[in-house]
Amino acid sequence: MPKTKLTKNAAGRSVPLEINGRPVIPYKGVGKHNVAGVKYGPKIYTCKDFPSDGNKCVATLKEALKNAGLKDGMTVSTHHHFRNGDMLANQLFDIAKEMGVKDLRWFPSASFPCHEHLIQYLEDGTIHHIEGSMNGALGRFASQGKMKGTGVLRSHGGRYQAVQDGEVEIDIAVIGAACADPFGNANGLYGDSATGLLGFALADSQYADKVIIVTDNMVSFPCVPWQIQGNYVDYTVEVDKLGDPEKIISGTTRITKSPDRLLLAEMTAKFCDETGIIHNGFSFQSGAGGTSLAVGEYFKKIMQEKGIKARFARGGSNKYLVSMLEEGLVDYILDGQTFDLEGVRSMAENPGHVCTSPFTSYNYHGKGNFAGMVDVAILGATEVDVNFNANVVTHSDGYLLHGIGGWQNCLFSKTVILPIPLFRDRIPVVVDEVTTLCGPGELIDVIVTERGIAINPLRTDLLEKLEGSDLPVKTITELKDEAEKICGKPEKAHFDDQIIAVVKWVDGTVLDVVRRVKE
Amino acid sequence: MGQQQNIAEAGIAGPKVRSDCYVKLELTEKGGIRIDLDSKVKSLYGSSIERLCRNVFEFFGIDNVKLTLKDSGALPFTISARLEAAVRQISDTGKEFIPDMTDENKYPSVRDRFRFSRLYLPGNNPKMMLNAGVHNPDGIILDLEDSVAPAKKMEARLLVRNALRQVNFYGSERMVRINQLPDGLEDLKYIIPHNVHVVLIPKCENVSQIKQVEKEIGNLINKHEIRQEVFLMPIIETALGVEKAFEIASASETIVALAIGLEDLTADLGVIRTNEATETLYARTRLVNACKAAGIQAIDSVFSDVGDMEGLRQNVIISKSLGFEGMGCIHPRQISIIHECFAPSKEEIEKAQIIMDAFYTAREKGLGVIAIGSKMIDLPVVKRAEKTVNLAVKLGLMPGTLKD
Repeated sequence: MPKTKLTKNAAGRSVPLEINGRPVIPYKGVGKHNVAGVKYGPKIYTCKDFPSDGNKCVATLKEALKNAGLKDGMTVSTHHHFRNGDMLANQLFDIAKEMGVKDLRWFPSASFPCHEHLIQYLEDGTIHHIEGSMNGALGRFASQGKMKGTGVLRSHGGRYQAVQDGEVEIDIAVIGAACADPFGNANGLYGDSATGLLGFALADSQYADKVIIVTDNMVSFPCVPWQIQGNYVDYTVEVDKLGDPEKIISGTTRITKSPDRLLLAEMTAKFCDETGIIHNGFSFQSGAGGTSLAVGEYFKKIMQEKGIKARFARGGSNKYLVSMLEEGLVDYILDGQTFDLEGVRSMAENPGHVCTSPFTSYNYHGKGNFAGMVDVAILGATEVDVNFNANVVTHSDGYLLHGIGGWQNCLFSKTVILPIPLFRDRIPVVVDEVTTLCGPGELIDVIVTERGIAINPLRTDLLEKLEGSDLPVKTITELKDEAEKICGKPEKAHFDDQIIAVVKWVDGTVLDVVRRVKE
Repeated sequence: MGQQQNIAEAGIAGPKVRSDCYVKLELTEKGGIRIDLDSKVKSLYGSSIERLCRNVFEFFGIDNVKLTLKDSGALPFTISARLEAAVRQISDTGKEFIPDMTDENKYPSVRDRFRFSRLYLPGNNPKMMLNAGVHNPDGIILDLEDSVAPAKKMEARLLVRNALRQVNFYGSERMVRINQLPDGLEDLKYIIPHNVHVVLIPKCENVSQIKQVEKEIGNLINKHEIRQEVFLMPIIETALGVEKAFEIASASETIVALAIGLEDLTADLGVIRTNEATETLYARTRLVNACKAAGIQAIDSVFSDVGDMEGLRQNVIISKSLGFEGMGCIHPRQISIIHECFAPSKEEIEKAQIIMDAFYTAREKGLGVIAIGSKMIDLPVVKRAEKTVNLAVKLGLMPGTLKD
């Protein structure tokens, strides 16, 4: 690998000026990067070149990919609404391998453990590199420096921004839909593979050169609501099965039974109550992790006791959030990703359960987005440092483990709270300096651990509101010292020079890099 | 000791194991100390783990050994306990590798503190010990008895000893449940020198058991020059124990409470244990009466359905109404409900406050008689009201400035 030129960005991190042969801009600070120019313009097509009867069906995905002109070096995208039950991405690259195509750039909205299957194609050169989250086995593979190109990690909003701005030109988008018609209208609401909404595929449908819709539930025109509009679509394909329904339902969408996590959730809810964040008309972001779900349940209890209603809840929907909607505790769910069948049902039948996309909720290069309107976002992290900077993609041992998801985008909400354990199996979570910087500390307000709550000194308002509270407020340094006292002071993870992935900020600049782990 | 073995194992490994480790030692003729470390935290703590192992070997005078260590994120107190457990199998050492006592663990207890909740922690499971204190139980019980398999008793003693020195229990009263005698007497050697506040004696049914424990603790207190008093909490778990409750309760000055164990008691009675517990009503009321007669606390059995919080709540309400002043917990989520239900109710607190106000007014004015309106208040009533107010303040149910 050729030596890349490095520079220090505004966060003090050494980042390259070029990634995979293309120039990039180092991070300049929150809200410091100005943009000019025009958005990416896909090619013009005419309807006279498409079947006049609207039937764009082809027999197989292979035929569709051939027709779409799949060839070496192309960028192909897929989406993660089937989560760990996804069968499409694996099929897609099985076909690419059969066709002998090389050096593809895979641009998923996220990857899951089921995509371990693709390691063979990273090894044999079918796939050049991944731009999207790399978890589990893929993360380990990349962390060992085995991927040919450099991975690029983006938030959901950042992914939309990258497509819209032309940083990533998608040659072929393959969109799996639970329900579609032969013209290409599609939604995720009906059928055996129902997943709710298709917001992650919106940018791809709008900007990709070729768009293929794959469904296991082909209905006659019109497929409504058309979350994806057929007018963007080149080919439609019917298959037997898109995904494994049991694994489509996210494994994390159950309230945790862990007493330690429940304690974190309870402390978080109490904090929000005491600081007045829970008030009539407020809004909150609730994640799908077990702790976030539990926070929602504690919110619910407080809201019921005090007769408080929220205007909207933002987030991946699930049965718990749906019950709040149906009991009238929230007016709207603004849903970015539907995590269970209760969510799918509610979305199909309740006008208060609204589909969103990374464009409406997160895109930093639009005329606003609603992430910033949310009163409180409760998120996770693998590490937080004494400057409140946080990491979500690697652990302290340096291995890539998670994607960014909507995490970076949610940091713009009015109060950001990270309920996290102080340490996990001897791995300290509150540390001197994060291994990988994913979120600048100035946007992170509160760290809730089982051994104390640290409030960002920038938030004097919150500190004042907690005067006299019996919540265990400590400084972040006190928490870090406590973690080190229990676990011992960790050695630094050992990296070599090779950059295996970069972390983009929401505006497309390079926030940090992930280096190869020395084993 | 009989013939010495050359290979020893301790601890546990596996995909589901957390915060623990497995060690295997093979004594060798030569080759020095060889360490084969497989750890999920190797990149962060690999060299410090190795250093710790070498210190342990040096301490026990072991020069040639092959160590296989499979670590699932165990903290140093666990690693050294596991290592020592293995070393003891292959050498005749009388020495103990004792980690430092952290400053946070040096706090004392007092005889008449509240003991609403006490959380059982299996003595051979380090994972559950680490965060026990943050759930704020009144007491934690490191259990050497029923939760530890017979073959693991020695491992558990060493782990509990190290935990008492290194794990911060954040002010909870530090209790250990020893094994039934005579094994329980051996347990005492590993725990008494490490700031144990209360020793729980299982299956107690006669005074002689108390006396044996008391004597052994006395010996250890002298030997280790311990200044802190060690309290006893006998557990009544048999029909005979119930019948002897008062004798046991008053057998020693160091007894602070009697607890009842309903699982064993119902087995002894030959009845089925129910959530309503009417089958043990006699035993429980008898135990309460014995405790009050002896001036100590009566502590109820655990509620074993950890998923049934409403059942637990009803159980505690009845328990309190019978005169119990605390209950065991087997899950941290039970703690807050137990505290809530044993705590005085809003009405009780209000009434107590009115009585205390009347008492202070009478004292300020130098009146000999305390009255609320036309009603005279007796001193025992004031005393109970004071207890309630103190309790409410301590539990954060009312603002915290206590008048004296």
